[in-house]
Amino acid sequence: MATAAPHAHDHGHDDAHPEESWVIKYLWSTDHKIIGLQYLFTGMAMAIIGGYFAYAFRMQLAFPGESVPTYGVVSPAQYNAMVTNHGTIMIFWVAMPVLIAAFGNFLIPLMLGCDDMVFPRINRLSYQIFLLSALVLIASFFVPGGGFGGAWTSYPPLSSEAGYSLTPLGSTIWLLAVALEFVAFLLGGINFITTTMNSRAPGMKYTDIPMVVWMIVLASIIFMASVGPLIAGAIMLLFDQNLGTHFFDPTAGGDPLLWQHLFWFFGHPEVYVVLLPAMGIVAEIITTFARKKLFGYKTVLYTAIATGILSFFVWAHHQFVAGIDPRMANLFTATTVLISIPIAEMCFVYIGTLYGGSIRFTTPMLWALAFIFEFLIGGVTGIFLGASGSDIYFHDTYFVLAHFHYTFFPIAIIGTFAALTYWFPKMFGRHLNESLGKIHFWGTVIPFNMIFIPLFILGVGGQHRRIYSYEHFPELFQPWQQDLRVMATVSLLVMLVFQALFLMNFFYSIFKGKKASKNPYNANTLEWLADSPPAHGNFLHLAEMPVVHRGPYEFNHPDRDEDYWPQWLPPEGVSAAPPADPEPAADPEPADESADQDADQDSDQDSDEESAS
Amino acid sequence: MTASTAARPRPIPRGKRPPLIPSNVLAMVLFTLTELMFFAGLFSAFMVAKGMATDGWPPAGQPRLPVEETAFNTVALLASGVALYIAGRRFSVAPQSAKMPMLVAIGLASFFVAFQGVEWVQLVGEGLVLSTSTHGSFFYVMVGLHALHAIIAIFALYWAYRRLKAETLVKSQLTTVQVFWFFVVGVWPVLYFQIYL
Ligand code: HEM
Ligand SMILES: [Cu+2]
Repeated sequence: MATAAPHAHDHGHDDAHPEESWVIKYLWSTDHKIIGLQYLFTGMAMAIIGGYFAYAFRMQLAFPGESVPTYGVVSPAQYNAMVTNHGTIMIFWVAMPVLIAAFGNFLIPLMLGCDDMVFPRINRLSYQIFLLSALVLIASFFVPGGGFGGAWTSYPPLSSEAGYSLTPLGSTIWLLAVALEFVAFLLGGINFITTTMNSRAPGMKYTDIPMVVWMIVLASIIFMASVGPLIAGAIMLLFDQNLGTHFFDPTAGGDPLLWQHLFWFFGHPEVYVVLLPAMGIVAEIITTFARKKLFGYKTVLYTAIATGILSFFVWAHHQFVAGIDPRMANLFTATTVLISIPIAEMCFVYIGTLYGGSIRFTTPMLWALAFIFEFLIGGVTGIFLGASGSDIYFHDTYFVLAHFHYTFFPIAIIGTFAALTYWFPKMFGRHLNESLGKIHFWGTVIPFNMIFIPLFILGVGGQHRRIYSYEHFPELFQPWQQDLRVMATVSLLVMLVFQALFLMNFFYSIFKGKKASKNPYNANTLEWLADSPPAHGNFLHLAEMPVVHRGPYEFNHPDRDEDYWPQWLPPEGVSAAPPADPEPAADPEPADESADQDADQDSDQDSDEESAS
Repeated sequence: MTASTAARPRPIPRGKRPPLIPSNVLAMVLFTLTELMFFAGLFSAFMVAKGMATDGWPPAGQPRLPVEETAFNTVALLASGVALYIAGRRFSVAPQSAKMPMLVAIGLASFFVAFQGVEWVQLVGEGLVLSTSTHGSFFYVMVGLHALHAIIAIFALYWAYRRLKAETLVKSQLTTVQVFWFFVVGVWPVLYFQIYL
């Protein structure tokens, strides 16, 4: 391989590792695919913790005061800590690392046709900080006083005054963990955007980039633009907790509402940060399995950009009852209703893509279709909350809770299963079992609806969120209400059982599944040109690096016999090698590439040492 | 969809083009955008607190901030930014001639930070501390965070200077450091006008 360029070993100690031990290969790797898998497995482990919390506190709600099998009696403080950390984990340690970091890392270089991220070592650092943040968060459950219980939104004064939260250490460590996690995503996001700008395969125009890559890049941009104010707020909160400042304390000139503004200025864009990647994943899957071109590529792209911009102007819809000026509430009602338009439009575009396609109901396709259906329910219920008039009633009830679970569950769980089942052959070189996959699909989606439809009903009936036990609220402890709570909890148990089935299928198939070919679905995007699983350096061992000739969704093209037309195939009648070019064109050869990135601190190290084998 | 959309004529793909913006510069620009939003968050929080204050700003009985001295220090910081700009211009022509303005930039930057430090010691002596009032809190947190950025930037500038001396500095690396330093320099006047005046 031409990659053993001589310049590689001038960095001193850093490069001098003797042999590739397991640790180097899997924990110290700069390979984007390994980092993607690291994020995936860490995210899955965190999902199990978050899911276990949900199990414990749902049991408490259905059977208040009784001992929960494997957990014991849930105390009020533990209940609060588990609810808080369930939310925190699912958003920051599951949805973001899996949807953005795991799939972003795995897919972006493969789909763009390059050998790795632009900054592989920053990428490695990103994962390491992320892992540290997860450990710090877990540690916060075990400090004296217990884990933080002031809700994932962490409003002061509950979060800022130890006298209220009773978890002085837990609150601070929780905040530190979240801050660390943001740093990890900042580094990852910079990598994604830079790689997409600068490392695309020759010939790949902006409109040839697969939608999922676009969506992850847009999500990273939204994240980076919104997280700053929250970090500022977090620093202020940290000072309030530990150094005696009074930023959020109204008795000393501070303002607790300030935190809410800083938090939701990030918090609302954040929902689009996780939504967009899921939308992108679904776009890849429905085009492949409907064998149709994406209906309105540019429409989807511009819609996503518009949504991203609009998402910065809706945040105060979380604060309608927090004492903001009613005139301001009207403005934010208007922007909130506006933002449902692009979202609805994207769903229509996807349905338009399905229309007239020859649909194959594979497991990933089922997940993708379920995403569109379930997410629509989440979006529609958001409109009731966005209208300040109705939100005065709905705020802080289970209606809100059901609303955001109908958005987040499709995104974080259904979207992840869609992506995982779709790219599994590429990630591990083997197929998942389809029948088990379909059983798992129905065993997840049906219980999901049976958990949250009762919660909608309870919410409309006035059941408040974040209450440890309804026993002391007679009007909320009627038999019909308790029945609905039990129904939701039992459905959750059923759903969790089916997840065990998935884990079995997943780990069995990694080792024993049917071997997968390079392009098992006859799909078009560049990752299907690489081996399954892709070799180190992705395409470096091929005769030449991929060159892109057309858009990513050319299915059933009239000029062609096969129903798909991969991006990398040269137009008919043209030989694979680029024809004589008037300019002295450099071939896209790896050696070449490392030369022109010589200046670049981070890009030169890894390909040399690891692929030299 | 017509047949022509897929068979559209394409430029014959060439080898790797040099990117529009070098990757490390682009990465720093993106990072700086986040930083910009970070300071915007601080500023908006500050303006809310200032606007809500019922007993004037700064609250009565609090020490006065050293407006004139800091104006002088501001000029020093701006001059450091100009020096780094000149260094960049010179680097494109004759790299080694950029050494002098780089040193000036580093010197002025260090002077700025040291001067701030002395100012803090005086203010603490006069009784303005982090927890006296939101006035004090905002002053120390915002100015302190800016100083933290300045210190990191000084290390970056020094790193670039070392590479320049060793003749291993590349234009894009210098630009990367410049982007960050220009940001730190550019934020300061806003901070000065908001907090000191
Ligand atoms: C069509 C778009 C949407 C609209 C109009 C909308 C509207 C709203 C409104 C007004 C609230 C505040 C309700 C209250 O607290 O009284 C809310 C809460 C929430 N929404 Fe949405 N939403 C939409 C989409 C989404 C999406 C895509 C997600 C997630 C990915 C999401 C996640 C959440 C969460 C987590 C909360 C609750 C936050 C909390 O208080 O803990 N929403 N939504
Ligand atoms: Cu929102």
